Amino acid sequence: MTAPDDRRPRSEGDRRHPRGMILEVAGLTMRFGGLTAVSAVSFAALRGEITAVIGPNGAGKTTLFNCITGFYRPSSGAIRLHRTGELPVDLHGLPGHRIAQAGVARTFQNIRLFPGMTALENLLVAQHNKLMAATGFGIGAVLGLSRYPKAERQAIELARHWLSATHLLDRADDPAGALPYGAQRRLEIARAMCTEPTLLCLDEPAAGLNPRESEELARLLQEIRAQGTSLLLIEHDMGVVMKISDRVVVLDHGKLIADATPAEVRADPKVIAAYLGEGEEDEVEA
Amino acid sequence: MTPAAAVRDAAIAALVAFGLFAMLVGLRTDVSPTGGLFLRQRWADVALLCGIVFAGRLALTLWLGRRALRPSTGPTPLTLQLQRLGRFFAPAMLAAALVLPFIPGIGRYELDIGILVLTYVMLGWGLNIVVGLAGLLDLGYVAFYAIGAYSYALLAQYFGLSFWICLPLAGILAAFWGVILGFPVLRLRGDYLAIVTLAFGEIIRVVLINWASLTGGPNGISGIPRPTFFGLPFSMSGGEGSFAGFFGLEPSPSHRVIFLYYLIFFLALLTNWVTIRLRRQPLGRAWEALREDEIACRSLGINIRDTKLSAFAIGAMFGGFAGAFFATRQAFISPESFTFIESAIILAIVVLGGLGSQVGVAVAALVMIGGFEVFRNLEEWRMLVFGAAMVVIMVLRPRGLIGTRTPTIALKEKRIIGKDLVGEGRG
Repeated sequence: MTAPDDRRPRSEGDRRHPRGMILEVAGLTMRFGGLTAVSAVSFAALRGEITAVIGPNGAGKTTLFNCITGFYRPSSGAIRLHRTGELPVDLHGLPGHRIAQAGVARTFQNIRLFPGMTALENLLVAQHNKLMAATGFGIGAVLGLSRYPKAERQAIELARHWLSATHLLDRADDPAGALPYGAQRRLEIARAMCTEPTLLCLDEPAAGLNPRESEELARLLQEIRAQGTSLLLIEHDMGVVMKISDRVVVLDHGKLIADATPAEVRADPKVIAAYLGEGEEDEVEA
Repeated sequence: MTPAAAVRDAAIAALVAFGLFAMLVGLRTDVSPTGGLFLRQRWADVALLCGIVFAGRLALTLWLGRRALRPSTGPTPLTLQLQRLGRFFAPAMLAAALVLPFIPGIGRYELDIGILVLTYVMLGWGLNIVVGLAGLLDLGYVAFYAIGAYSYALLAQYFGLSFWICLPLAGILAAFWGVILGFPVLRLRGDYLAIVTLAFGEIIRVVLINWASLTGGPNGISGIPRPTFFGLPFSMSGGEGSFAGFFGLEPSPSHRVIFLYYLIFFLALLTNWVTIRLRRQPLGRAWEALREDEIACRSLGINIRDTKLSAFAIGAMFGGFAGAFFATRQAFISPESFTFIESAIILAIVVLGGLGSQVGVAVAALVMIGGFEVFRNLEEWRMLVFGAAMVVIMVLRPRGLIGTRTPTIALKEKRIIGKDLVGEGRG
């Protein structure tokens, strides 16, 4: 059993990556009544890497995700965001919108866009806090006395950048709800990126995409990584996971059973047992 | 449905109608002049009724069938046409409202209706911020109207402050109470929020009735100062210090009415202008995003509580302005004027007009309040006509007169967003 306040640095990871970790999950436990969905999970996501969280259905991946992004408050344990040149932020004590402001953006397993607003408007809503500060919190903007027009131009430029990165530029003025499914997935990623996050959390981004779209998605995620944002993703599509992930964390029945490179995980007997149901997977030690 | 199938369907409906009406209408026992009973047969009436059912059913299926063929998303051709018309419609309406007092044949009565309609346009626009943009169902909007009215009445009575000082104060006080109400209740959603706001509206009214030492209780407050033209009273004496005397006009009671008309016209336009500006600002976009998906807003770092509170406060502020205007216009206010039915009417205006649509709300206010006055000579039938009209609008246009949404910004061209995609908000 790992103590809840365990925060051993992942020394081998730090050695590999001098820039260090971006997200640290230490002894995280989440209970719903009698059900322990996530039990004493500790791992770290490294800066500038794509970390994938995989596991069979019901392994606690989405619960873990909701804890990290503030939609659940963990029963015990700690989640820390390490930003360059700043003190680490304890995400487990922050309300949801503050976590997003701290630099953690997320997408949803079942897409949550603003369907009645255009793609462009969706991306501008994502830049709300930045624009709001430029308007003098609403008052200045109504009177037309502010730096708002310039801030809005910059916001549109950022939106245009992500629209073209997700191949949605020609759909910018269409309502988000009228876009095809794959485009909605991409738009959700673009919207999350418009908050200019340091860590992007994606909940099954490839779900429901065809092979060609998955391919495009993998390329997009690699592009995002190249631009300096670290990624954490839950994914079922092993093709995508094995291809783009730098590190894979495997959960089963709420416990961490592996945390290694894709190649190592693929060869790990515990992981194979968890996925294929061989042996007594309930007895597998974390 | 093919025409043949529709005819068959209508024939079946007519047959059912015949089965019902044959006994109910076709046969009737009457008393004959000799005192005995005899059976009167009225087959012509039955045929007429069956004919109406047949024709009605046929028309309904053909019409509904035609409607079902349309794609569900995207604006309908009719809506697009209306939208094109709307571009001229709103300025035309504005111009008509601007010159209304000087149109020959417009007397005191018509102007009074105009003032009433504009008051409700303003209230509708104010509530539209809360219900239409932010998607928060508020059934107690009249509370802020009451707070505005009593703020002006009491400040004028106890401190002798003029209308022009009290007007912003009334708005600020109403916004303050909007925040006070908002803090505890905004974590509630949908129906629960509606019930608590309804209760808040009633609490304010009950407090006004029972706090007799301050508010005069059920007797209300009378003798509220009338507005002045920036210090010049509208007195009938025509003296040097009065409006008529200063401008060298014949003293006339219509001056004050015209002034009140322009005052509420200006206040309503102010509400509209602020709403339109805010909609293009991050705050307004955040309100609409909140209406569409609250959880997504949270994941984008939007402070939901503050955003909802700002919608509540700004909506309440315009309710407060309207209340202060109401008090100065009536010169008498009592809790009777701020019952739940007022909240219901304002909400009905917003819903009938189309959530979030400024032009729709104005038209709905004109139809509802103006129409209500026009049908005054129908007496007790008026409510029936009114109710039927509402049912018809809701059947034909379930998302209100204008349910579509115009984007606030575009890279190339702004295209109208179909009503199917626009969220209604769940609190």
